[in-house]
Amino acid sequence: MNETDPMSTSTRLSNAFAKPHPALVCFLTAGDGDTAANLDALVAGGADVIELGMPFTDPMADGPAIQQANIRSLGKGTTTADVLRIAAEFRARHPDVPLVLMGYANPMIRRGPEWFASAAKGAGVDGVICVDIPPEEDDALGPELRAAGIAPIRLATPTTDDKRLPAVVEGSQGFLYYVAVAGITGMQQAAIESIEANVSRIKRATDIPVAVGFGVRTPEQAGEIARVADGVVVGSALVDLVAEHGTDAPAKLRELTASLAGAIRAAR
Amino acid sequence: MGMGMAMTETNPNSFRNQPDDRGHFGDYGGRYVAETLMPLVLELEREYRKAQADPEFQREFDDLLEHYVGRPSPLYHAERLTEALGGAQVWFKRDELNHTGAHKINNCIGQILLAIRMGKTRIIAETGAGQHGVATATVCARFGLPCVIYMGAEDVRRQSPNVFRMKLLGAEIVPVTSGRGTLKDAMNEGLRDWVANVHDTFYIIGTAAGPHPYPELVRDFQSVIGREARQQMQDRIGRLPDLLVAAIGGGSNALGLFHPFLDDPDVKMLGVEAAGHGLDGDEHAASLLGGFPGVLHGNKTYLLQDEDGQITEGHSISAGLDYPGIGPEHAWLKDSGRVEYTAVTDEEALEAFQLLCRTEGIIPALEPSHAIAAVAKVAKDMPKDSVILANLCGRGDKDIFTVAEKLGVEI
Repeated sequence: MNETDPMSTSTRLSNAFAKPHPALVCFLTAGDGDTAANLDALVAGGADVIELGMPFTDPMADGPAIQQANIRSLGKGTTTADVLRIAAEFRARHPDVPLVLMGYANPMIRRGPEWFASAAKGAGVDGVICVDIPPEEDDALGPELRAAGIAPIRLATPTTDDKRLPAVVEGSQGFLYYVAVAGITGMQQAAIESIEANVSRIKRATDIPVAVGFGVRTPEQAGEIARVADGVVVGSALVDLVAEHGTDAPAKLRELTASLAGAIRAAR
Repeated sequence: MGMGMAMTETNPNSFRNQPDDRGHFGDYGGRYVAETLMPLVLELEREYRKAQADPEFQREFDDLLEHYVGRPSPLYHAERLTEALGGAQVWFKRDELNHTGAHKINNCIGQILLAIRMGKTRIIAETGAGQHGVATATVCARFGLPCVIYMGAEDVRRQSPNVFRMKLLGAEIVPVTSGRGTLKDAMNEGLRDWVANVHDTFYIIGTAAGPHPYPELVRDFQSVIGREARQQMQDRIGRLPDLLVAAIGGGSNALGLFHPFLDDPDVKMLGVEAAGHGLDGDEHAASLLGGFPGVLHGNKTYLLQDEDGQITEGHSISAGLDYPGIGPEHAWLKDSGRVEYTAVTDEEALEAFQLLCRTEGIIPALEPSHAIAAVAKVAKDMPKDSVILANLCGRGDKDIFTVAEKLGVEI
């Protein structure tokens, strides 16, 4: 639908999950550090999907690392237009790498859901993860995203019981994001037995790929999860590198991403 | 009229049958929470429905309100204030005489009874002025449950007497430094704690906001204010008041007073937001008059925010009104036109505070001082036989240091 973006969004995401190895999903907050250079480093290191955080003043589901990244980004004056420009420029540089936006409802619906869906589509965004729009409030953004051909990526959690799971899966596209711990980002890791049991429970309810995130920091953890899931999401560990290394972050990001990707490829 | 014509909960002409079964007040309200919390808020709703249908729950609630909180609170005719204003009769619902000194305790009693029904063993809460924190710490002590209170670091500083009260009551106080360290940031930390401790923790939200069913159940627990006032007005003057006035931060004391009167067409209502240094600038906390609809802390409502949807910080001399959002039912009542909303500045509230001290011998909290300031503005233009009922929702002991500082007095 877009001249500069011939590939359909669903194709990019499904290609990423059709590779012989589980997908490595890498998160960074837009506007924190030199985001373009940092994203390129993630791709060079072997990231299969890029998850770009939209900064928000009140990131209620995030731990200290990503909270600070939000504060740094907003402190530099990052706007929604900046986030969309970062996405569009990434799309121009990497026509094949899927890009999903992650964030909170209010910045997404501020100008209306149609506006956001259309702007995100124009920027070459493939999917949207909105933390605080559960299936019960899907009307707030879901219909507009689906109409624009953008995958609404839902979250499932350890508290999502079997009765609820069908509602979570219904209308979810691209992949399902399994939040491994009941808690906030960047804190403790869940036991692999619990992750394995929950991923297989979710996979009984849906055919779409299941990626696992929250508390995944090291190649060892990523490799362990890659044996039981379709994808592994790493966020806070990468954001920490941006905080620590500033303009030197790309080399560090590439290094960590490469070791994460290596562990995932070796997993099965 | 046949049975098919029965107009009860679905009466379209009623302002008292919100929210709908998805927790929506028109376009507002809802359950905008992370998936981890969703099963929990659904369970809370089921448990609340059961409690509503359980006479034993109601009996225990009423019993605690009477013998522990000290209800019913008096209805008081403020004759000297009336005379000073030179217009309508001014009456006060004296919720500042409740145990713990504010209306907040009504809600805390209801919620801790729910928490116990649900088998939860740990209580968390956020607090701004500290009144809700004190009320929560109080009911936790009363029922022997551990209590963690999140409070913005800035509020810890300006409300130190309440911080000490909470500690005396056995609560753990966690000063929140993220953001600007005020009520909004404390609520974020409360939600982060809850999401990590869903298995044993009950979050006692202090105002009629947050994900459904909180706005509804907080309103219901606070509606004891309006139900009593309605009966007391009938008993004392044989009719209902012409105008209800209440201050609004999140809006629970106002809804508690207003809700039982919403279907009385002759009773007008005025909600009073905090205009801080004035609505012209950014230094206010008037979400309805100076904000736009959006989503924060689990509900859709009017918010102070910029054009990108970033939440801006409220300002008010009153820590209890210093919140960038408002309960979703107020958003709906505003759009429907049933309730009128206005705002008064820090300075006007401070004047009203002193006026009440001198005319009635009552030291009000800075929150209801906003309501009193609005009363002072409208009373003089109303006939002398008309009746204004304002909610005196908290007492001012906690605020004397703030007031002294503003008046340039060293104590």
